[in-house]
Amino acid sequence: MTDVQPPVLEGSRCGVCDNVAFPRSRGCQRCGAEAMQVIDLGRRGTVWGFTVQRFAPKSPPYVPPADGFVPFAVGYVELPEGVKVEAVLDCDDVADLEDEAVVELVATTPVPRFTTTRVFQEV
Amino acid sequence: MSDVSIIGAGLSAFGRQPGVSGREMAVSAIRSALADAQLQWGDVQVAFGGSDGAGLADTLVADLGLTGIPFTNVKNGCATGGSALVSAVNAIRSGQAQIALAVGFDKHPRGAFDPRAEDWGLDAGYGDAGLMVTTQFFAIKIARYMRRHGITDQTLARVAAKAYRNGVLNPNAWRREAISEHDILTADMVNDPLTRYMFCSPGEGGAAIIVASEDVARSTGLRPVQLLSVATKTRRFGSFEVFSPAVQGTGEPTSVSSDAAAEAFQTAGVRPDEIGVAQLQDTESGAEIMHLAECGFCEHGEQEELIASGATEIGGRIPVNTDGGCIANGEPIGASGLRQVHEIVTQLRGEAGDRQVAGAPKLGFTHVYGAPGISACTVLGV
Ligand SMILES: [Zn+2]
Repeated sequence: MTDVQPPVLEGSRCGVCDNVAFPRSRGCQRCGAEAMQVIDLGRRGTVWGFTVQRFAPKSPPYVPPADGFVPFAVGYVELPEGVKVEAVLDCDDVADLEDEAVVELVATTPVPRFTTTRVFQEV
Repeated sequence: MSDVSIIGAGLSAFGRQPGVSGREMAVSAIRSALADAQLQWGDVQVAFGGSDGAGLADTLVADLGLTGIPFTNVKNGCATGGSALVSAVNAIRSGQAQIALAVGFDKHPRGAFDPRAEDWGLDAGYGDAGLMVTTQFFAIKIARYMRRHGITDQTLARVAAKAYRNGVLNPNAWRREAISEHDILTADMVNDPLTRYMFCSPGEGGAAIIVASEDVARSTGLRPVQLLSVATKTRRFGSFEVFSPAVQGTGEPTSVSSDAAAEAFQTAGVRPDEIGVAQLQDTESGAEIMHLAECGFCEHGEQEELIASGATEIGGRIPVNTDGGCIANGEPIGASGLRQVHEIVTQLRGEAGDRQVAGAPKLGFTHVYGAPGISACTVLGV
């Protein structure tokens, strides 16, 4: 299993104004340019904002885990490129997400998923 | 300077109305606005309107009368009413008509809105993962705001308690029972820090506004309210909106509400501190707190003290959501923007009964905000 590549999110960088988008974009929201370069986004970032989903969302479309719904944290992670990416946030305790906590990407589907570095290092 | 006035405002009942369609509520609101303006349907020369999910406004003529007027459907989310009003105002200003109608209505099923990821340009995975939930956005935004600007849970509860209290005073409100700050704070948490009683619910209702040229507004017997300005905007680069897979750009997000409010105030030549009564979008109580600052009524962070001092109560310096807002009236998406205008018209005429703001306010303000980053604001005066 040691040769498994770590997950990575693909974004795009505007060829005119350098604005970074996620997911990769067909046109720049900042300047309207069409020329986009596909880039790999940084895998580590800081929690920009978050909440907790306390109730099971409506199914469909929500697909709960096999052993049933448990509340989960959701928020935005600010990446080194400046873009804030919406993600599910794994943590032992939601308090661990406070104070611009550092988190690391652990999955890209069905949506980006980050985990607190403390949990990550225990894995 | 104003060249367009509101001469009629009408609402249907708000809240659950089993067996009554959204279109019937729209017709009820239009008839109420016509009676208010002492007009017949045949006097209306052009109409604009819509709903998010309760049908096409232009089909209402089947019940109102087939007079042959141009009737344009509007579908613009929470800004549907505002966009219809802008179109009606422009029809008067251009000389196309002397009397124009704007109408908005909706009838949403019980429970949360049910958006599909694909309709929002998102991968289906966002639905699978449980991220197509509108309340998450509001919670993330206010939670971040509270950390940055020192706003407490108690202030969230104060705003919701005020909405229910004002609803008690409003015979047309859906929620007409006061709820204590304690009960609001200890209710089920939906998305931290927002509890169940801090949110509005998808609801039912219709609202109609009739605007007219100065010549018509001068007719005897009317109580015209001047539309000093109306502004609609979409989001600029760097904004933070519902169902965004990312927030682009650096620094703090831009605010479409700030943009629309600033334009409305500038066009009207009025400052926020001159406003005597205001309606601000309160999808949840945090939204009202943030919109106070985004629309220019205070600085970011001042809300904690401002709200505790009672300034936004009916008896305060800047009463906000005197009819109970979305929290007490529910959120029929197409109707809410025009319900807000209706309330300000009612207050400026001095006809708001038990919830009337004292001292005969001369200037009022309305604001709506909605997905995917739209806002409409008006400044009204007498
Ligand atoms: Zn660009």
